[in-house]
Amino acid sequence: MSNPFDINGGACVAMVGKDCVAIACDLRLGMQSLTISNNFPKIFNYAPSTYLGLTGLATDVNTVSDLFRYKVNMYRLREERDIAPQTLANLVSSSLYEKRFGPYFVSPVIAGINPTTGKPFICGFDSIGCIDFAKDFIVSGTASDQLFGTCEGLWEPDLAPEDLFETISQALLSAVDRDALSGWGAQVYIIEKDKVTQRLLKGRQD
Amino acid sequence: MEVLLGIAGKDFVILAASKAAMRGPTVLKAEDDKTRQLNKHTVMAFSGESGDTVQFAEYIQANAALYSMRNDTELSPSAVANFVRGELARSLRSRSPYTVNLLLGGIDPVTEKPHLYWVDYLASLAPLPYAAHGYAQYYCLSILDKHHHPDCSLEEGLALLTLCTDELKRRLPIDYKGMLVKVVTKDGVREIPVDNDKVVRSA
Repeated sequence: MSNPFDINGGACVAMVGKDCVAIACDLRLGMQSLTISNNFPKIFNYAPSTYLGLTGLATDVNTVSDLFRYKVNMYRLREERDIAPQTLANLVSSSLYEKRFGPYFVSPVIAGINPTTGKPFICGFDSIGCIDFAKDFIVSGTASDQLFGTCEGLWEPDLAPEDLFETISQALLSAVDRDALSGWGAQVYIIEKDKVTQRLLKGRQD
Repeated sequence: MEVLLGIAGKDFVILAASKAAMRGPTVLKAEDDKTRQLNKHTVMAFSGESGDTVQFAEYIQANAALYSMRNDTELSPSAVANFVRGELARSLRSRSPYTVNLLLGGIDPVTEKPHLYWVDYLASLAPLPYAAHGYAQYYCLSILDKHHHPDCSLEEGLALLTLCTDELKRRLPIDYKGMLVKVVTKDGVREIPVDNDKVVRSA
């Protein structure tokens, strides 16, 4: 049996721009080399400007996204306000570490804009909840090696929303074309202060 | 070598399962029913470890029935699929997980739209227009990729199924004893009689 992180395949990336953030994922769900679905989004929305991307074992992508939907709904009812990306980051971290000795096989990525400060925020995690705060970009999934390369090459500071969209899209598409386990189209979210744009990218279908 | 196939069309879902109950190389039964009806317009087909399959399917069937009795409403196909996935995911991290692969087909009673869900033994859930489990995936998914379109009629769907079963008869080394075919429409679930004695010549 192979590595649980690599069974189903998938990739996710988040980037910071000027007063905006972007998060994107591929759409493949596979079993080893066999593609099961080409419409399996890995980004989930938890507040107007807070998004969570989950790559790794598909069953845990389902389980963890459902778990956080429950936890964030409970948070919203208790606090009577939407969750901030920083708060979600700490919730993700502690929830994953709860399963320290039998982890969920996922690599989460958060992208969002803090509703009070208006500042962009991205971060990533390992499967047991160690937070990786970054000022530039976060990558995860089976194409993460490729994504590091494309992001390092394409990203620059203070990109405007439209330029950030172009950058993250090219970074993701270029990366997944060099990975057999991810691709089959992509989903991109551009998050600004009071506006979120969702786009579907066709990508190579092979 | 159990075969599970699912095809969703304009206003129906076809679920087909092979009729052979096998243990190693031996066929123990040639009229096995690998499907269970969960409510008026949802069916589940299953394969995997014998024992686990029927046990899990009937557990789900009983719980779906319990929900219908308590609430005087039936669960929608998506609700059933997420319940099934939850139970399988819970079992996955237990001492003895169910080794069961599932296809769930149903018509949403409100929207009357067809839904087909693919669930594997790891409890990965994917909504799909057409799906297969086991070796059938390798032979049939490419055929379905080429010929399926989302608003095909029941006749076209059944013709597509024949295309798949013919290929399986041609390529699988073991006789799977034909298919049991169930169709879900807005009127409910019914079994479709199919000609399983058709001989397909190999190349």
